[in-house]
Amino acid sequence: MALLDIKNLRASLEESGLEILKGVDLTVNPGEVHAIMGPNGSGKSTLASVLAGREDYEVTEGSVAYHGEDLLEMEPDERARDGVFLAFQYPVELPGVSQMNFLKEAINAQREHRGEEEISAGVFLKLMREKAALVNLDPAFLRRSVNEGFSGGEKKRNEIFQLALLEPRLAILDETDSGLDIDALRIVADGVNKLRAADRAFVVITHYQRLLDYIVPDKVHVMVDGRIVMSGDKDLALKLEDQGYDWIREESVAAV
Amino acid sequence: MSLPTLVNTATDTVSRYVEAFKMHEGQVLNGSNAQVQGTRRAAIERFETLGLPTPKAEAWKYTPIARYLNRGYNLFLGQPETSVSARDVQELLVPDLDAHVVVLVNGRFDASLSDIGALPKGVIVTNLAKAAEANAALFNAHFSQYASFENDALVALNTAFVQDGLFIHVPKNTVVEKPVHLVSLIAANEDLLVQPRHLIIADEGSRVKLAQSARALGGTKTFVNTVTEVAVGRNAHVDLYEVQDDEPNVVQVNGVHTHQEDDSHFRTSFFTFGGEMVRNNVTIVADGRNDESHMYGLFLGHGKSHIDNHTYMDHAQPDCFSNELFKGVLSDQSTGVFNGKIMVRQDAQRINAYQSNKSVVVSDSAQMYAKPELEIYADDVRCSHGATSGQLDQEGIFYLRSRGLTEQQARGLMLTAFARDVVETVQIESLQVWLDQRLLDYFRRL
Repeated sequence: MALLDIKNLRASLEESGLEILKGVDLTVNPGEVHAIMGPNGSGKSTLASVLAGREDYEVTEGSVAYHGEDLLEMEPDERARDGVFLAFQYPVELPGVSQMNFLKEAINAQREHRGEEEISAGVFLKLMREKAALVNLDPAFLRRSVNEGFSGGEKKRNEIFQLALLEPRLAILDETDSGLDIDALRIVADGVNKLRAADRAFVVITHYQRLLDYIVPDKVHVMVDGRIVMSGDKDLALKLEDQGYDWIREESVAAV
Repeated sequence: MSLPTLVNTATDTVSRYVEAFKMHEGQVLNGSNAQVQGTRRAAIERFETLGLPTPKAEAWKYTPIARYLNRGYNLFLGQPETSVSARDVQELLVPDLDAHVVVLVNGRFDASLSDIGALPKGVIVTNLAKAAEANAALFNAHFSQYASFENDALVALNTAFVQDGLFIHVPKNTVVEKPVHLVSLIAANEDLLVQPRHLIIADEGSRVKLAQSARALGGTKTFVNTVTEVAVGRNAHVDLYEVQDDEPNVVQVNGVHTHQEDDSHFRTSFFTFGGEMVRNNVTIVADGRNDESHMYGLFLGHGKSHIDNHTYMDHAQPDCFSNELFKGVLSDQSTGVFNGKIMVRQDAQRINAYQSNKSVVVSDSAQMYAKPELEIYADDVRCSHGATSGQLDQEGIFYLRSRGLTEQQARGLMLTAFARDVVETVQIESLQVWLDQRLLDYFRRL
């Protein structure tokens, strides 16, 4: 069974009614890494938001099956407890909210969902140190407030750190590479590569091909105007880097 | 002596209390302190002249105090009921807080329930009625000196019927290491007006901390009209913490009136978890050079509760610092009010005075009224004030939920973070830890 099966997904902005997703089809199997590329405003981040359950969007048509279950019927936190993870494009700063308390509650929420006992303080601390090392984060940051005063790179590394900690089945990375210098990009990509697993799939949304030099995808999709208009392997990303998106626009118009 | 009933012949509330005063005049403070007798008479006359504040009075604009007082509470002038047990007291004690425990039942001192323990040499922790006789000269030098009833009908009413309360005197250069913990219980079979009166005198170079908690046992309606006077001597430090955790059958007006001499520090923090109506009136006169004054509050409105914090920071002397922060979380149909005034008098140069009020309104039916005021007559001062009221950051909630926390858990974490800096103003560790846990439990239930 596919891990994620999106069929003819249409979604609009709740406030204005503006349609952003205009019939997305996408199938992701366990263990695969899919990259979604496309020009600004094509709907890539909206797709990530709809999958994570952000309430600013209204799904008007189509379906999303997550290991066979209707994902759209689930609350955002249910999705998370069931293994969906969104690495935010803009991680939120939460002054006064301790990173430690937050992550402990997050881990215990998952454990409760799986019918397991609460994590012990010792195991939790060990786990935190271990996963922080994966993305070169100083464990001291765990004592700080969530993302408060973090640099752009630290925030993105914190997202991958949380990904490592929560061990999702479906990880969606929403432009995790934007704003990162090459060193930070490498750290983030290395972290992701170490987390690739047979029972875990990634949907990597990016504007730039360079991330895909480090995280090599199984499939590359191009999104234009709210739909996936072309799919291919990693070479498609290279061609996009070379030639831009215009030729795709023309081909997709010609195909209609 | 049991004289709990009040004449019911008078038609309006003010006349009822004035008549009650005439009937029971001799019963208060055993009538033995002549100066107090004079003060009481002046207070009831002033009360009669002032009448109850109407909503037209600026200070009571959002809090219709007469509506509550007009309910016809009986005056409590008797001895406490004995139905209160040590277990009732135990439930109000802060865990792991090693303290000198003073227990009041219906505003009267209860020696058997109190556990004052050993005090440093010369320190007096006793009840007001006793101090008025045994320490008359000291008492008379301070009583009714700081809580003026000239323009305050509630202080006038309290002063006229003064009976008992907490009395603390810390002599020169003496440090009371353990906090004094005042536990106030109400136990009655009828609707009562209870009026405790506290007096804290900290002489030069002394230090003392007071923690307070209160509860009304049973379901009768209670109006508690408390007045606390605090005299902070030169270079003395006084902290006053108050946990207000009443059920919706309790209305309270709580006046704290502080006078500071040179180089002194005063700090007060209120944590209001409940009550039908709570009005805190805090007045600080920084009447010495180089004073530090701190006023903090956290108010958590729920149900139909109405919580009003009214502060007056009076800078009468130069080179002083004051800081004020009141934060609120309002849910259900609750109402919050903050009215804070900073006065800087003409000769009070080089003042740093800060005031801030922030509230989070978590329900569509909850309301917050904020009114900061500055009145400055000196030219070399730094003052700031600000008031904000808003909702929780939805993006933050979504972020936490996207990691598996329920909406309730997410809100709980965010609100605990919001309240954090007020909890951190508490300088008694065990009280801080206990408040942290209380807040977490409270926010998780929201």
